[in-house]
Amino acid sequence: MPGTNEGVAEGSNTEPSASLYQTVSQFGYSAAGTALATPQRGPRRPRWLSVLLGALLPIALVVAWQVISASGLVPAYRLPTPISVWQAAIDLAQRGLLFTDIGISTQRVLLGFAFGAIAGLIVGSVIGLSRWASLVLSPTLGGFRAVPSLAWVPLLILYLGINEDSKVILITIGAFFPVFTTLYLGLRHVDRNLVEAARAFGLNGIRLLTTVQLPAVVPALFSGLRLALAQSWLFLVAAELIASSMGLGFLLIDSQNNGRVDRMLLTIVLLALLGKTTDALLGLAERWLGKRWR
Amino acid sequence: MSTSIAPARSSVPALAVSLRGVSRSFAAETRGERPKLVLRDIDLEIAPGEIVSLIGPSGSGKSTLLRQVSGLDAPDTGDIRIDGTPLLGIDQRSAIAFQEPRLLPWRTIERNVELGLPRGTARAAGRSRVSELLRLVQLSDAGRLRPRQVSGGMAQRASLARALARGPGVLVLDEPFGALDALTRLTMQDLLLDIHAAEPATILIVTHDVDEAIYLSDRVVLLGEDPNAADGSGSTIRRIISVPGARPRDRADATLALLRAELLDGLGVSSHHHKPAPLQTTVRFDTF
Ligand SMILES: Nc1ncnc2c1ncn2[C@@H]1O[C@H](COP(=O)(O)OP(=O)(O)OP(=O)(O)O)[C@@H](O)[C@H]1O
Ligand SMILES: [Mg+2]
Repeated sequence: MPGTNEGVAEGSNTEPSASLYQTVSQFGYSAAGTALATPQRGPRRPRWLSVLLGALLPIALVVAWQVISASGLVPAYRLPTPISVWQAAIDLAQRGLLFTDIGISTQRVLLGFAFGAIAGLIVGSVIGLSRWASLVLSPTLGGFRAVPSLAWVPLLILYLGINEDSKVILITIGAFFPVFTTLYLGLRHVDRNLVEAARAFGLNGIRLLTTVQLPAVVPALFSGLRLALAQSWLFLVAAELIASSMGLGFLLIDSQNNGRVDRMLLTIVLLALLGKTTDALLGLAERWLGKRWR
Repeated sequence: MSTSIAPARSSVPALAVSLRGVSRSFAAETRGERPKLVLRDIDLEIAPGEIVSLIGPSGSGKSTLLRQVSGLDAPDTGDIRIDGTPLLGIDQRSAIAFQEPRLLPWRTIERNVELGLPRGTARAAGRSRVSELLRLVQLSDAGRLRPRQVSGGMAQRASLARALARGPGVLVLDEPFGALDALTRLTMQDLLLDIHAAEPATILIVTHDVDEAIYLSDRVVLLGEDPNAADGSGSTIRRIISVPGARPRDRADATLALLRAELLDGLGVSSHHHKPAPLQTTVRFDTF
């Protein structure tokens, strides 16, 4: 997933050198054995430099796009110039359509993502922590997960109609499974030695959960949340392409019908920007939580 | 080193530990095989405030025995009492330092040690006890570091400090000095004795180091399988040796050399009785 790892390198350079490190597994940590860490990288890079390096390729792409379409290499009705895409954006904004589409799509994603993530958190915690719940619920949930989520669309439309509910619920389904799966697996893989050590010092129940189990799965949980967010945008577009009268997916299908390639390109760029922005916000939340909780 | 250590708020007096007929076996990995008997008929009475060392070859069930005493695991047969009351699960009157440090990787060393404080310790009192303990185990400068930023020996000392933070009635230590260099090891042995003098606790300590066992303990318990019995008969107490003299002992005491030879003998290590081996040599039998 793009943008997932930025900022990781920065935080780790403030450590003093030490020769022995503990292993960090994919799902949380291991208290056992010490292993050599990856070698330290060079001196800390300033923030502006990493921003500049990250912006290099997008800028180059836009320039190449401009050159190709302006030179006539590809005809303008297939590839309009970046400037005409920008003008399409201004045109839509002036008609008051652009921000309604962006607004309604963002709202659908945020609602669906929030519902799905919360449900995933609760169900994932319960099944990850309780053997009984796992025995009873896991097979069923596994079955539901095996259904490609888009298969629900006809049923949702039949039951709920073409409205906000059916779209938000589809996105909720899309966001639920990544959170549920990563949290559930993460909790099952929390180092038993750590849990035992904490229990030996009198921790149990909620205190054990908040002291050991949840902090141990924070990295896994956030990779699940980020996957869920990407899924949410995916299902948003799917839902809006299939049946809608507003939103970015509708803008896409509408532009396709009208042959407005500039608006289609505009939508793609907007989806990229929105997806990247929301993902970056999650990254910020992860860092904030990592500092407070741990 | 000064040991002006502030007593834990709810510091428990040293408590007697009693093991009677303790056996523990584990289910075999492959089906159809007999369960693996690790400990068989362990009887041991430890007086309040006594220091007992447990030595024995690798895999002889020392860690398993400690887990029984701290209530993390229950024996198949027999019973274990602390201060006369039978053990029911994890017991807050005892504290354990595991064979591995087992520190929470996302917490600083300081906050890991804090985890050992008895429940309900006031904030300020807790903080001063933690910093005092960190000073004693020579980790004052490492309090703000994360476990992955410290060496294996430092992590082990942090784990010791966490167990000490509790001010337990029974202190259970599984090779607490295993990862330390020779000099730090001697310092930490003296530290443990100082703390024991200031805040008496019953200490059960596993070590691979015969000299350490003799230097620290009142009695040394040798654990191992009976060589004459069938394979897989489980470890029993092969010998209990009382160490003469009061602590602090002279590390170079010649009378202890005999004891050392006896212990090495019990472990099946040839110790050349006729010419006393140099006292400061550390023997780790798990490499034999
Ligand atoms: N949970 C378990 N399940 C199965 N077997 C176990 C378990 N715990 C311990 N054992 C077995 O019990 C035996 C004794 O293990 P233990 O860890 O007590 O040895 P030890 O004396 O502490 O060894 P070392 O000196 O190497 O630490 C080993 O053979 C081990 O395989
Ligand atoms: Mg052991």
